[in-house]
Amino acid sequence: MKRKYMNPYLAGVLLGMVLLSAMFFSGRGLGASGGLKYAVVAAVEAVDHEHAMESSYYRKYFENGENPLKNWLALEVLGMFLGGFISGALSGRLKFKIEKSPNITNGKRLFFAFLGGLFFVYGAQLARGCTSGAALSGMAVLSVAGFMTMIGIFGSAYIFAWFFRKLWI
Amino acid sequence: MGPITVLNELPQWLNLGIGFLIGIGFGFALEQAGFSSSRKLAGMFYGYDTTVLKVFFTAAIVALAGSQLLSYFGLLNLNMVYVNPYYITATLVGGVIMGAGFIMGGFCPGTGISALSIGKIDALLFLFGGLAGAFVFAETYPMIQTLAGANYKGPVRIDEWMGVSPGVFTFLLIVAAIIMFWLAEMAEKKYARPDITSEI
Repeated sequence: MKRKYMNPYLAGVLLGMVLLSAMFFSGRGLGASGGLKYAVVAAVEAVDHEHAMESSYYRKYFENGENPLKNWLALEVLGMFLGGFISGALSGRLKFKIEKSPNITNGKRLFFAFLGGLFFVYGAQLARGCTSGAALSGMAVLSVAGFMTMIGIFGSAYIFAWFFRKLWI
Repeated sequence: MGPITVLNELPQWLNLGIGFLIGIGFGFALEQAGFSSSRKLAGMFYGYDTTVLKVFFTAAIVALAGSQLLSYFGLLNLNMVYVNPYYITATLVGGVIMGAGFIMGGFCPGTGISALSIGKIDALLFLFGGLAGAFVFAETYPMIQTLAGANYKGPVRIDEWMGVSPGVFTFLLIVAAIIMFWLAEMAEKKYARPDITSEI
């Protein structure tokens, strides 16, 4: 049986406590897009070592002699999959599914999901963080960058929402 | 006194283990909030579901007020907690690109991970796109390096920027959040879409 989601304000308190724990234990905020970046850096190095060493962008992740996947953020992202799975299992929401509006095809949903991911993470690399690492965690430490990232993401999504409304409503 | 792993010499496996445990909590909280559903997240931009705003601002305020309290009682040294640096141009351009990605894909990276962890195929494609985005960024980095580093301001804090104390700013943020929560509850009634919210 599918259980209802947690009350949003209560879920917010829970998420805030997790973020506070990250600050208290590790002196940093949460993150998500950075984990994807480390996966790409490690994969590029494994496939084409020479290319990775020629590029100053990739090379900086190997300068300390460690595997780029052996860091706090990569482990945190790995933990996210387990945490999400536990939550889904407890609430009876584990199911393979393409979630979309009935007005669009599966192909269209998947195409825009891919394109959206490409845009989002490209922008996150530029802005040095996404909704988690820059906006949420930044706001919790009163960083101007955090507030500006939040305004940038949500303001822009509201502007583009009209153009993509057929995907959702 | 915190931050624990910054102020103490702990073995690397313990630092990484703490990261893994915090990740479990993060993934759990996002999924419980309903952030594993793209149609729920997208509701934020069409008014029929404003969970995103409620969860996001409640979480930011809990962590902000909580860390201020811990610091006040001498339990957390906030000078040792990372403050995101502010690059005006990159934050603005990156933010606009992220917003476009949000409305096309229906997720942000964290919520995409949350959705994939319970089996959403659209989230799998979103994250494949995300890996492609990180790869394209790395390959185009030499071309946008100047833009990425332009107008650097350092790790500026908003309370200093506005010339108020952290406590006053936190109070103002709480007042602003309460007003937004009230508007959000009204929007959910005005733009209600029972056909969508009954399915998500």
